[in-house]
Formats: sequence, structure tokens, C-alpha cells
Amino acid sequence: MSAQIERMTLARAITRALDDALTEDPKVVMMGEDIGQLGGVYRITEGLMAKHGKHRVMDAPLGESGIIGTSIGLALRGYRPVPEIQFDGFVFPGYDQITSQLAKIHNRTDKQYTVPVTIRIPYGGLIGSVEHHSESPEALFAHTAGLRIITPSSPHDAYWMTRKAIEHPDPIIIFEPKRRYWLKGEVDFSDTSFDPFKAQVVREGTDATIVAYGPLVPTALAAAEAAAEEGRSVEVIDLRSISPMDVPTVAASVEKTGRLIIAHEAPRFGGVGGELASAISERCFFSLKSPVMRVGGYYLPYPVSGVEEEYVPDMDRILDAVDRAFEYEL
Amino acid sequence: MTEQYPGVPERIQLMDENGTVHEHPVFSAYVQDVDASLLRDAYRLMYLTRRFDDEATALQRQGKLALWVPSRGQEAAQVGSAFAFAPNDYIFPQYREHAVALHRGVDVRGLIEIFGGAATAGWDPRKHNHHVLTKVLGASTLHAVGYAMGLKLDARIAEETGQLQTGQGQATDPATDSVPPSVISYFGDGTSTEGDVHEAMVFAASFDAPVLFFVQNNRWAISVPFDVQSRVPISTRAAGYGFEGLRVDGNDVLGTLAVTRYAMEKIRKGEGPVLIEAETYRLGAHTTADDPTKYRTDEDLAGPLKADPLIRMEKYLRENSYADDSFFEEIESEGQKLADYAREVALNLQAPDFDYFFDRAYAAPHAQVEQERAEYREYMAGFEEE
Repeated sequence: MSAQIERMTLARAITRALDDALTEDPKVVMMGEDIGQLGGVYRITEGLMAKHGKHRVMDAPLGESGIIGTSIGLALRGYRPVPEIQFDGFVFPGYDQITSQLAKIHNRTDKQYTVPVTIRIPYGGLIGSVEHHSESPEALFAHTAGLRIITPSSPHDAYWMTRKAIEHPDPIIIFEPKRRYWLKGEVDFSDTSFDPFKAQVVREGTDATIVAYGPLVPTALAAAEAAAEEGRSVEVIDLRSISPMDVPTVAASVEKTGRLIIAHEAPRFGGVGGELASAISERCFFSLKSPVMRVGGYYLPYPVSGVEEEYVPDMDRILDAVDRAFEYEL
Repeated sequence: MTEQYPGVPERIQLMDENGTVHEHPVFSAYVQDVDASLLRDAYRLMYLTRRFDDEATALQRQGKLALWVPSRGQEAAQVGSAFAFAPNDYIFPQYREHAVALHRGVDVRGLIEIFGGAATAGWDPRKHNHHVLTKVLGASTLHAVGYAMGLKLDARIAEETGQLQTGQGQATDPATDSVPPSVISYFGDGTSTEGDVHEAMVFAASFDAPVLFFVQNNRWAISVPFDVQSRVPISTRAAGYGFEGLRVDGNDVLGTLAVTRYAMEKIRKGEGPVLIEAETYRLGAHTTADDPTKYRTDEDLAGPLKADPLIRMEKYLRENSYADDSFFEEIESEGQKLADYAREVALNLQAPDFDYFFDRAYAAPHAQVEQERAEYREYMAGFEEE
């Protein structure tokens, strides 16, 4: 047995998870554009084709609907496919297969088939790229019953979310925070009871709660640190799972702090934050000292990279929302 | 119009409209063993399908079914192809392949339940190796290709471990399990335009998938004639993907059987995929929600009515003394029984309790669904107290 705890980047943690899944279960297969010989445009699948064979780590023809649709067929035949979509903005040619097929087959077949497909999608902005490479479409998928949507913010979570998703009987989309691929942290390989659908309090506080997920968790932690310097004790929760949504963990925090700020890169309008804000308003109405504040991308197509810093919420925009929450208590 | 383009496959026909059988240098060999008994079986299934289909159409007209998709006119294409498959081959129907479903042992109850708004699956697809219906056109062609890719991986694992792979519990067949199963994907001429069909053919070719694409060209996509979908027969397209395309008279059950047997032999040898286009004609409406008199005339229908596959087969069976009046009377009475059964099912349809649907969206419990189930039950309990 190698060491139970290792330090690595978030990207390598996913690679390790995929490698371990391929090793442990002969029914795990992977498919995607450029994931074989090249190892994926982000090199997440690097070395896996050489190690596990071309028949299990497959370079797919260039068609997202084909990648998802054939993954569904493989799943019907007892496999656990892990397709990769190259970039967030390229998932839409596969949208019908994900929302009208994958999400509905367990229901359609009256529970006779499971479709344990784990779709990996690098998502989010601030990578200095061109159109369609920086989007955050998670809310569009979360609205479809039958799917589960999770997103890691640390190497440990990335490893275990990937492992648990592949083992799970339901279709799951893992949104990978691509600008955090190089974030380093410890992975505890003994954490076998990891629950990918449970939110985690990543910093304790008493005066306000910030909920973030994926790429904005480190930003939220930095905001909490800055707030502490101003004498405000801010709790930070990593939501981890968008569907299902762990409302009780957030509610317990808000009952303690009385203030909630939700941050995500995706547009605020119609976003995941609105769903959480509503759920918390219903449960914690008498604990709230201010309205729930939301910080998100603007209701615009993702802009050119030259101005993307103004689009994606940063620490200051989160702190501004924290300030506004405190203004309500006169 | 079609013949001016190069590469249009020959239209294969073994039995003409008068019920006369002609020799074909390649395909006659594939039906050498076909005897009177098999042909009577084929006619029987065609007839039973027609009778059941007519009853279901009537049931919809009487308000007992939400919708029905008539298969009238396409029985030979469906029966001729279905007879060529092994029990361990897995079929992805579109939604109109009622004869194929009957051949796979599916209880018509399931079809009536689906179109009566009482079920989504209707049967256990694993038990019959016959998949559930997929209403988004073209989507299932990709599922078929992925499934076929899985069968190839199965063969590899079986070779390494010596264990027969059975997927999610799909039926095996001791008599034919020595031959690796293949996959059949049914769709229509309208669907052939969907992008998923293109991707399915590319993926099938790239991964040498053991899959048969079987397109029933019934000339109509609801109200739109075939020439709006394509300038050339769909079978012409196979060459562009790098595999064989065959065109057959889909109202000729013998020809369709021969061509499908030929294709399945190729696919089982690992020389697939293959595309078969069965040229047939939808004599009824697309669904009971449409009115064909708005887009086609009695004149349009005259030829197709004459080419009705049941008339052709009856002529053939009678003229060769393969069947007499007693045979036709017997299946007529069998058809009536099937129709009566379908009617009885339709008149007594019962959807599962709504509560059950909270079980079906996910395989493992999901927090939001569980919460909503609890809310639903509490809400319903409020009515009981009153």
C-alpha cells in the first residue's frame, strides 16, 4: 500500500481517480475528443490509453451527441462510461442526449435499466480563451430531473467525487473547475465514506455565510479572510453538489449566522443561487437578518477574455455583497 | 429522379406484386431453406399485426388511447427483417415496429399501456431483447451503436475470463450464444435527416460496431414526402460512411428476409455495420393525430394499396397451395382474439399511483425528490382527513 495521504494538483487527482476506476472495474470505459493519444486538451487522461488499452480509453469521432449517445448504449449493456466533453460551451450538441435520453432512461424503462454514465466537463472562466471555452452551464442541467450535478473545489474532493460518481447507479455530470486544475492539496485515499452530495463547511464563522462551489470556493475563502481583518466572522460552505442540493447544511449555518451570500460564476438570473436562496428563505425566514445576497456572472454571453475579470465574480464583489448584507442591520 | 445519381443500390425484390418469386443471383441463396411453414408463420404475424394495429387505431378514435402509430402497410418490412435475427440479438425499435415487438414475444398489453398513458416501458426489454420505444427521433440509433460497442467489449472480456457477459441481465439463448450477438436499429425516412443518425453511422464505422441500421422508408414523415428528406435512396448514403447499403422492396417479405439474413451474416463475421433500406408505404396516418387526406390523394394511394404486402403474400400462399381457406379462417379468428384482448386492456387501463413516480427518476434516493415526495404525501393526506 502506498501512502494514504498524498499532495497533488486537482488535475492529477482526477487522473488518479480515473486510473484507479479503470484498474478496479473492467466495465469502466472512457471516450472523448483527443482523450487517448493526446491525453485530453488538459491532459487529464494522460497515460490512461497506454496503460488500459485503446478499447477502454477511446478517442472518439468529433461529435458530442455521438459521445453521449454511445455512452448511453454502453451503459445499457452493463458498462460504466466516463465520457469527456472537451469544453463547457461544446456540450450543447449533446444536450438532447443528456436531458431527453440519459436523464430519463431510468424512468422510461420503469427502473429496469440504470445508466451509470459520468460526464466530465471542464467549466468556468478566467482562462484567457475564446468564445465557448469559459462558460458555466450547470443550472441548465440541474433543472432536468434524473441527472446529478457535482463540482469539486479541491484535489481531495476531485478524487473522491470522480470515484464515487463512476460507482454510482445514476447519471452524473462532474463540472471540473478548469482554472483550478493546478491547485495543489492533499488527497486522503482512505476517505472511502466520502459523500459527494453533502455540502462541506470549509471555514467556520458566526456573522455571515458564504456559499460557493467549484472555482469560486478559493475566492470565497479569500473573501472570508479579508472580512476577518475587518472584524467579521464569515463561514464558508462549499456546496459541492448542485443536484441534489444539501439545503440542511446551509440552513444550519444560516440559522447560526443570519446572513447568506451565494456566489457562482454562472449568470445570477435563473441560476443555482436563486434556488438555494429560495430554499433558505423558506426554512430560515426568522433567522435571516438580511435578504439573501447573490453574486454571479452578468446576464450576458460570456465576454471576450480581455474583460473577463469584470464578468467573473472576484473577492471584492463577494465582499461587496457581504457589506450589503450587513447594511440591513441598522 | 434517383437513377441520375451514381451509386444508388439496386432495388432487390424476390417476390413481385403478383406473388411470383424470381431468382436473384446473390439473395435467393439466403432463403433456400424457407419452406411453406415459415412463410405461413410470416403471413400469420403480418396478419395479426394488421388486425391488432387496426384495433388500436379504432381504440384511439374512440378515445380509449391517447395516440396510436399505425404500422399498416409496413408488415412485410418488419416481419421479413425480424425473422432474420437471433434471440440474443438486441433490437432498438423506433416506435412503429409492432410486428417486431410481437415477434419478440412482447405482450400487446405493453403497447396499449404506453399509448394509453399508463406506462412508459410496457415490457422488460432485457427479457425480450427488445428495447423500449424512443420518441425523440434518431436518439436511439446512437444507443444502438453504443450497445454494439459494448457487445464487442463483452466478447473481449469473455475471451479473457471465459465468462459469458450478460450486460444488465439481458436474455441469453443457449442455442445461439456461441455466436456473438448483434444490434438492430430501426428508424424511418424522416428520422434519416436527424444529426444523430449521421453521428451513429460515423461512430458505428469508426468502431466497427456489429449493428444493422434498418430504415423503413414509408415515403412519409407525417405530411412531408420523402423527396424533401433526400434526393437519393437512403441506402445510397452507406457508401459515404464506408459500409454496405442495400435497398429492398420492403413489401416483399421474402426479399426482406433474404437481404437481412445476408446483412446479419456479414455483421456477425465482424464485417458490419450494414444499412438496409426497405422501401414500403405507410398506408395509414403517421399517428392518429394527423389527417392524411390533407397531403395525399386517393390517386397517390392507388399504387401502394395494390402493393399491399398482405395481398401479395396471400396470393402467393394460395397459388402455391401452401395455405387454404382453413388457414386463413384460423388466423382470422386468432386475430379477432388478439383484437378483443387489446380492447379489453385498453378499456381497463390503470396507471400506477403517482407516488410511484417519485421512485423512478433516480436509481438511488435524491434529497429534493424525497422532500417533494414527503410534501406530496402530506398534501394528499390532508384530503383524507376531510
